[in-house]
Amino acid sequence: MSSTLPVGGAAFDPVSTSANRKMTNPPSGNPVRRSPLADKVFGWLAQGAAWLTLLLLIGILLSLVAGAWPAISKYGLGFLTSTTWDPVKNEYGGLVMIYGTVATSLIALLIAVPVSFGIALFLTELSPAWLKRPLGTAIELLAAVPSIVYGMWGLLVFGPILATYVQQPLQNAFGQTPYLGALVSGPPVGIGILSAGIILAIMIIPFIASVMRDVFDVTPVLLKESAYALGSTTWEVVYKVVLPYTKAGVVGGIMLGLGRALGETMAITFVIGNFNQLDSLSLFQAANSITSALANEFAEAGEGLHQAALIYLGLVLFFITFVVLALSKLMLAQLSKSEGTKT
Amino acid sequence: MSAVMMDARLAKFARRKLVNKIALVLSLAAMCFGLFWLFWILWETVRLGLGGISIATFTQMTPAPNEEGGIANAIYGSFFMVVLATFVGTPIGIMAGIYLAEYNVKGWLASITRFVNDILLSAPSIVIGLFVYAVVVSRFKSFSGWAGVMALALIVIPVVIRTTENMLQLVPAGLREAAYALGAPKWKVITAITLKAARAGVVTGILLAVARIAGETAPLLFTALNNQFFTADMSQPMASLPVTIFKFAMSPYENWQKLAWAGVFLITVAVLGLNILARVLTRNKN
Repeated sequence: MSSTLPVGGAAFDPVSTSANRKMTNPPSGNPVRRSPLADKVFGWLAQGAAWLTLLLLIGILLSLVAGAWPAISKYGLGFLTSTTWDPVKNEYGGLVMIYGTVATSLIALLIAVPVSFGIALFLTELSPAWLKRPLGTAIELLAAVPSIVYGMWGLLVFGPILATYVQQPLQNAFGQTPYLGALVSGPPVGIGILSAGIILAIMIIPFIASVMRDVFDVTPVLLKESAYALGSTTWEVVYKVVLPYTKAGVVGGIMLGLGRALGETMAITFVIGNFNQLDSLSLFQAANSITSALANEFAEAGEGLHQAALIYLGLVLFFITFVVLALSKLMLAQLSKSEGTKT
Repeated sequence: MSAVMMDARLAKFARRKLVNKIALVLSLAAMCFGLFWLFWILWETVRLGLGGISIATFTQMTPAPNEEGGIANAIYGSFFMVVLATFVGTPIGIMAGIYLAEYNVKGWLASITRFVNDILLSAPSIVIGLFVYAVVVSRFKSFSGWAGVMALALIVIPVVIRTTENMLQLVPAGLREAAYALGAPKWKVITAITLKAARAGVVTGILLAVARIAGETAPLLFTALNNQFFTADMSQPMASLPVTIFKFAMSPYENWQKLAWAGVFLITVAVLGLNILARVLTRNKN
């Protein structure tokens, strides 16, 4: 870092510059030192870029509302509770997709939260110091893999394995049981809510795990050492000292993962099956989600109600993720506030 | 009497130790669970991807079903759009990051911008695609490479803002003060001192942003669409690697699926490579 400084510093070293310039220019004209205009322009540019970000969000909201307006004015909030989605009859309702989005995300959270907790626990308390960095990096790389890779892998590799080794045994075991049977019915091809949920879980584990690891790391060592000194086991320290202390941060991290899961498109589009139905609640039945409906239908949808209904779905999705993210920000901010008072 | 109490205590202690052991084993299992998926996905990508790669992959255009061909136009389209989007998005992101870190650290505009940026950072990318569709595609009545570039640039901006701001805040105040004391104007202090000191971090942010948009599919689906042929005309629909993979992978044709795996391999290598490069850059700085 310091090696780069003299280069930049020499440019406005007042002694050397004025000495050099005296030969040709009068010192008062030193453009490096007197540049109120450049200063102002630079400031305006910076502020303009900040405003641009703000306008971007407003623009996204406005354009979505404007695009969805035909559907909003026709269906109102009833759109959210109607299960009809029929481009031929030009009748639209979003419940099927909203259900798909929420169900897959909840399955993903059910799997990802305990696993992420385990990973964070391992990385902060158990792992030898030399392993922490490579293991942390490996988990973070899981987040960098593009979602289309997850999707293709899920459809062509993971789906068939899930069908053969999980769905069929489950169907054999519970197929005749009244309620459980309905939950596992469906053709054994490995697509549907469950496989989408599992793949989402793999995708959000790194997000939740790295937030959890970071907040576990900010727990004051003194607190942990006191607990150890009283004879606590590692598990008791984490469960009864670290976790309560970092509660807000952990919930914030989970919300962050939920936001990811709700907005994920490609991976889900590959494995959910893209079939508009809510007759069967089976985990293995093809279904649809907001994002996959958009990905599949939008480019082909003609202008008019079909497109407006799809944009309405996008607006609903944006609203849900907005609320989830705002909550997560609030939780994480709470943690950093209390950090100052408790230590 | 006391022996009984001792026994109870020992039993409790044994139970606590057992719970601890189970928890730690489960935690180890969770770690293995996470690594297991990473290695499985990478392994399948390499195994199936390398099988699909040949010279033709890089030299020929996307073929019709069951014909020989490559994905040269998709590789070119992806590369072109990613580079342009980076050039469009990076300056805006850096300037906004500078504003947050150097001009207005605690003001209302800064707090709102920070919040909005977090929302944009995690906004579903398909919604960005919808926005660009509404603003560009439906206005000009045509899917185009420019629309794709704009959608990708909108994803670059928040990533760069976040990293630039964080990295600038790490620059010690003493450096700034020294430069001011020498009479340097603010813009000069920022461009020649703080930005330079935070260079590695800012470049890391840009690399991460490039890695992110290189694999993005959703915002391109209805902006750049796809193109079976080679085109350098940005006002035409343009092929890109992710969208081509999507189309080919969902198809029943074997040669298309093979090409899709080749594309997945290329994208994964590029994205993971960029990520690792970014990590190496920041580590050297520390």
